[in-house]
Amino acid sequence: MTGLKKFFATRLGIISVGAFIGVFASLLQKWGNPGNMGICVACFERDIAGAIGFHRAAVVQYLRPEIIGFVLGSLIAAYLFKEFRPRVGSAPIVRFMLGVFAMIGALVFLGCPWRALLRFAGGDGNAIFGLLGLIGGIWIGTRFLKSGYNLGRTEKTYTSAGWMLPLIMMGFLILLLIFPQVQDEAKSDILFYSVKGPGSMHAPLIISLLVGLGIGFLAQRSRFCTMGSFRDLILFREAHLFTGLATLAVFAFITNLIVGQFHPGFAKQPVAHTMGLWNFGGMVLAGLAFCLAGGCPGRQLFLAGEGDGDAAVFVLGMIVGAGLSHNFGLASSPEGVGPHGIAAVIVGLLVCLFIGFTMRKK
Amino acid sequence: MTTTVDARGFSCPQPVLMTLDGIKKADSGEMVILVDTDTSKENVSRAARSQGWQVKDVIEEGGGYRVTISKEQ
Repeated sequence: MTGLKKFFATRLGIISVGAFIGVFASLLQKWGNPGNMGICVACFERDIAGAIGFHRAAVVQYLRPEIIGFVLGSLIAAYLFKEFRPRVGSAPIVRFMLGVFAMIGALVFLGCPWRALLRFAGGDGNAIFGLLGLIGGIWIGTRFLKSGYNLGRTEKTYTSAGWMLPLIMMGFLILLLIFPQVQDEAKSDILFYSVKGPGSMHAPLIISLLVGLGIGFLAQRSRFCTMGSFRDLILFREAHLFTGLATLAVFAFITNLIVGQFHPGFAKQPVAHTMGLWNFGGMVLAGLAFCLAGGCPGRQLFLAGEGDGDAAVFVLGMIVGAGLSHNFGLASSPEGVGPHGIAAVIVGLLVCLFIGFTMRKK
Repeated sequence: MTTTVDARGFSCPQPVLMTLDGIKKADSGEMVILVDTDTSKENVSRAARSQGWQVKDVIEEGGGYRVTISKEQ
């Protein structure tokens, strides 16, 4: 067990996790998930918000089992390796708001950092603008970190407090099993489903769940984080996490080539628009919010699985943010940005700057 | 003299930033960093090594870790 524990902290460890995620993300698409969206934490949390009726965008409603798997896989790993540490209290309301605006930014681009990489690995040139925006946003965040920005210390808490998000995810899984999708029906008792659009495209439940559990387990062990990859590179010239991220992109690219999912170009890419400036701008906002909150959306799920209640609050912020995005016309569609998407990005950037400038200790 | 950096309750990158701050000030000698997650323990150790410091000792303490790093003059 100690050997295995050490392995994941090594370069080879993070590389194997990146490879696993890259291959299986690409395969999930092959098995039914939407184009270049084998895994997208932002999109999938948005689909969850739709499934429970937080928004009523008919094409993006599905209680994605991958997200449930991420949290529970991390929970299992944390218990097996004695790393479950229930903790809360590092400015939860600020983390909630960062989650809201991270989601708003990600949905202007149409993807989280994982999907930005997967879109790139699938040939979608628009993803380049998103990735540049992500790096730009993280760079701004590192300036704040360097000047003393932090959200304060956490406190140890009850074990059951650390179980809150895992329990919510178990509840979601139970709902998914009691109210399964009915062919061509937009509702199954209380749960909403999509009959067309990205929300209707998904791999079989059991496969999604198992891959989610596997990734959750491995990512908890290896601390895989897309935001941390760039942050550590900018802040410390430390490339450990980055090697995992680069491996993910390379393996997703290779798998896409093999299964015929690589289609280079800018126009008509799946679930994407071509407005370069706002692909960039949306991800500046998301990248900055992730950096101020200490993790990409995937990492926040894994942290929540190992007992971090503040990360759990960030996740809930993202789900609420998805509801706002679609209810207020902030989210983009393949036609371009939503009617109020640009205004929301500007407001979000102002809020993040306010947080970054005013929450510094030195 | 051994300096102690208390990074308990902070999540990354704060413990690493605090360690690097300490390293900048101390130049050499011995330093103790208190952290409370395995992630912080790994990141702090990795950062210290990248600065030419050695990780002398990691002890479990109070639900966290006491990481001792050192560098000869």
